[in-house]
Amino acid sequence: MTWQPICALEMLPPEYGVPALVQDRPVAVFRTHDDELYAVGNVDPFCGAGVISRGIVGDRGGEPTVASPMLKQVFSLRTGQCLDDPSARLPVYPVRRRPDGVVEVALP
Amino acid sequence: MTRTLIVIGHGMVGHRLVEAVRQRDATDAWRVVVFGEEPRPAYDRVALSSYLDGKSAEDLSLTGQDVWDDPMVELRLGTAVTGVDRAARTVSTADGSVVGYDALVLATGSRPFVPPVPGRDLDGCFVYRTIEDLDAIRAAATEGAPGVVIGGGLLGLEAAGALRRLGMRTHVVEMAPRLMPLQVDEGGGQVLGRLVTDLGLTVHCGAAIESIDGDDRVRSIALADGTVLDAELVVFSAGVRPRDELAEVAGLERGERGGFLVDEFCRTSDERVWAVGECAAVQGRCYGLVAPGYSMAEGVAEQLLELGDGTFPGADLSTKLKLLGVDVASFGDAHGQTPGALEVVYANNAAGTYAKLVLSDDARVLLGGVLVGDAGAYSVLRPLVGRELPAPPEQLLLPAGSGVDAGALPADATVCSCNNVTKQDITTAITEQQLTDVPGVKACTRAGTSCGSCVPMLKTLLGECGVVTSTALCEHFPQSRSELFEIVRATGTRSFSELIGKHGTGRGCDICKPVVASILASLGHGHVLDGEQAGLQDTNDRFLANLQRNGTYSVVPRVPGGEITPDKLIVLGEVAKEFGLYTKITGGQRIDLFGARVEQLPRIWRRLVDAGFESGHAYGKALRTVKSCVGNDWCRYGVQDSVSMAIRLELRYRGLRAPHKVKAGVSGCARECAEARGKDFGVIATEKGWNLYVGGNGGFTPRHAELLAADLDDERLVQLIDRFLMFYVRTADRLQRTSAWLESLDGGLDHLREVVVEDSLGIAAELEEAMQRHVDSYTDEWAGVLADPDKLARFVSFVNAPEAPDPTIRFVEERGQIRPGPVALPMPAFATQEVSS
Repeated sequence: MTWQPICALEMLPPEYGVPALVQDRPVAVFRTHDDELYAVGNVDPFCGAGVISRGIVGDRGGEPTVASPMLKQVFSLRTGQCLDDPSARLPVYPVRRRPDGVVEVALP
Repeated sequence: MTRTLIVIGHGMVGHRLVEAVRQRDATDAWRVVVFGEEPRPAYDRVALSSYLDGKSAEDLSLTGQDVWDDPMVELRLGTAVTGVDRAARTVSTADGSVVGYDALVLATGSRPFVPPVPGRDLDGCFVYRTIEDLDAIRAAATEGAPGVVIGGGLLGLEAAGALRRLGMRTHVVEMAPRLMPLQVDEGGGQVLGRLVTDLGLTVHCGAAIESIDGDDRVRSIALADGTVLDAELVVFSAGVRPRDELAEVAGLERGERGGFLVDEFCRTSDERVWAVGECAAVQGRCYGLVAPGYSMAEGVAEQLLELGDGTFPGADLSTKLKLLGVDVASFGDAHGQTPGALEVVYANNAAGTYAKLVLSDDARVLLGGVLVGDAGAYSVLRPLVGRELPAPPEQLLLPAGSGVDAGALPADATVCSCNNVTKQDITTAITEQQLTDVPGVKACTRAGTSCGSCVPMLKTLLGECGVVTSTALCEHFPQSRSELFEIVRATGTRSFSELIGKHGTGRGCDICKPVVASILASLGHGHVLDGEQAGLQDTNDRFLANLQRNGTYSVVPRVPGGEITPDKLIVLGEVAKEFGLYTKITGGQRIDLFGARVEQLPRIWRRLVDAGFESGHAYGKALRTVKSCVGNDWCRYGVQDSVSMAIRLELRYRGLRAPHKVKAGVSGCARECAEARGKDFGVIATEKGWNLYVGGNGGFTPRHAELLAADLDDERLVQLIDRFLMFYVRTADRLQRTSAWLESLDGGLDHLREVVVEDSLGIAAELEEAMQRHVDSYTDEWAGVLADPDKLARFVSFVNAPEAPDPTIRFVEERGQIRPGPVALPMPAFATQEVSS
């Protein structure tokens, strides 16, 4: 597993997402209000556009979520599972914060 | 074999008969010839007074082009029938033609009764019956001059309201000891009198007219008690008399008090001749309301087409009205004429309300009642007439009928009397069609679609059926949008975290976050991308552009009123060329530039802002465009400067966040080239000023805007739009368009007019101030981003490769421009695909 630096934590405000390119894969990295980091695929499986990072971060019944800005399907940030349509799921990537405050994502 | 039906009279009831026959006559059995004495086809006489509020004769018309196009209907207007030869089965007209019939229906209506007092023919004396009467009254009315209405019944109060609206000092003279003696009792009449007096009218009850005096025109009125009232204008509204002159000509019998005498089938002694509406004395009794007339017309149509027995079922004379803004309702045996009837009265002089129930001698069965000042309980009480009371009477009389729930209503009780819909019809529709809201119930059952008085009951019935009409915004907030708005406003809350911490649960979602963002923006709390607010915004507001299907955005600079200089047009072309954007002229007179990538947006804005453009808010739930026609500068027909007004309105309301996007239009004349009535608010110029229409558009269910106020000068127009928009922003539900909002308001357009025009809630000044704060605090959002490096840093394709273009975006060419191409990347994993691989 190779970790790839993405950005400084300050670039990622709480309850916000940023798009990143990890090798050739578009990834969306999120930080929730309790400072947890999540990384999922940036491409919306319903329309094929790279927009997931621009979605609204929140929760559904306590599960941290992001809603696609395109047609508003909601995905779990932990599992990538679409909570509105069991047939769709986003890939999930390992993400961590280095002691110097840089956010890193790994490809499994 | 086609037979001929002649209808004499093209009023509301005559027209209903024609409609009823034509709708059901599948085999074209009847050709219909209609004679109308008035120069225009049937119109809504019940809404006649709205003609003075700016509705046109066309607005009131009940007929559409279909009537003229129908080959089976011949409409002969301006044609009086002078003779009926029953033996030959012909009618003859004043212009000398003779037409044969197989069936004849008399629908001649009634005429206003003018009591035989001396001076009643003087200039300045009018009746209140037709559009022509209102034209004449309007022409003769002088603001500030005294006007007298003779008759304090339902129609008299209508006429008094009209004179008051025309600015006259209005007196009402009623012979009976109280107003509306037919509908309300003494106690109700007293409260009504007081409420009407508070409105500035002078009421003279128990007063007889001695004479009307003047030289060539009316100057004064002398009452029997010696009082002399100055009067420059007199309107007689002392009741109506059936128009039964043809009875003599045709040799038909009259009722004891006039009217063509007919049986319970509305048939005269001649089996080929019927009478319907106000000219008919059904078993000797005439009805002066339109609903019984409609039911007679339907019954005769059934007989003509042999579809049913067509008996007139008798009339429900219950009425609920708002006269001069005062609620008046009477139902069932309102005067307690049933032997042994008991009365329970609740009067609140301080609040100006009066309520009475009439009960059977054992106090168990409701027989009727009267409500004045607050008729909120009407929709619950009227269906209970003839039934056992579900709760103690005093509980039923408390304000708004708070004591009764819909469960108390028997299944066969009529809830909507306008359209004859029972409780059972409604509850069945709710369960079988799985209806979840009032608009759904209206669409499926027609209940609540006419007068609207049963709408509160429809809400209750939805609840009864277990439909939880929760107003909670989402799982994070139990409040509705309008409640949250008030909380934010009242507490001065400035952040989502604070709001959800104190008033909600969890961390929010894509439903509640944009709502709160919109509320904060409406209240002028800084740039939409400041601090935490950025994360609340839907993608369009987050990137201040409009997300399109392939993840690119479109950019729309503001072009106020659609007016643009050649230089600016050239800049738009240059920008589009430089960034390779697709351009299209929009329906709202804008130029839309499509295909911009996130990382290109700031550079595109820079060019536009430098050229003097600003954000057009084409992305937001906000004011979009104010469309205009060319106005009187250039147009031969224009009567006002629609372009200047559109620009003024667009600049005033730019950036205003709303529950849904808002579009507007200003037309410089009634030809309506800006299609203003298809907008959330529309302004149409007349020679007398601006007419303001609201609640149009409607999205999936298109809707024409309705007239809110007429003949406004520039300042009043802007003031009313300020109030309208701010009231909408505050009280509408999430994503609720103005049209749906207007439909959901209890009391509908009338209520809106009370709040916005008459300031019945006393909030007009506050709404205007809120709008003024918005106007004063407006800044261009694009310029705001360009001036802020932190905000600019978010406009990257990838945070770790800012200029690398997103590989999912591809374009192909069509008609010389780009359009989104097929998706370039393999689609990411769907769970099912993973299983199969």
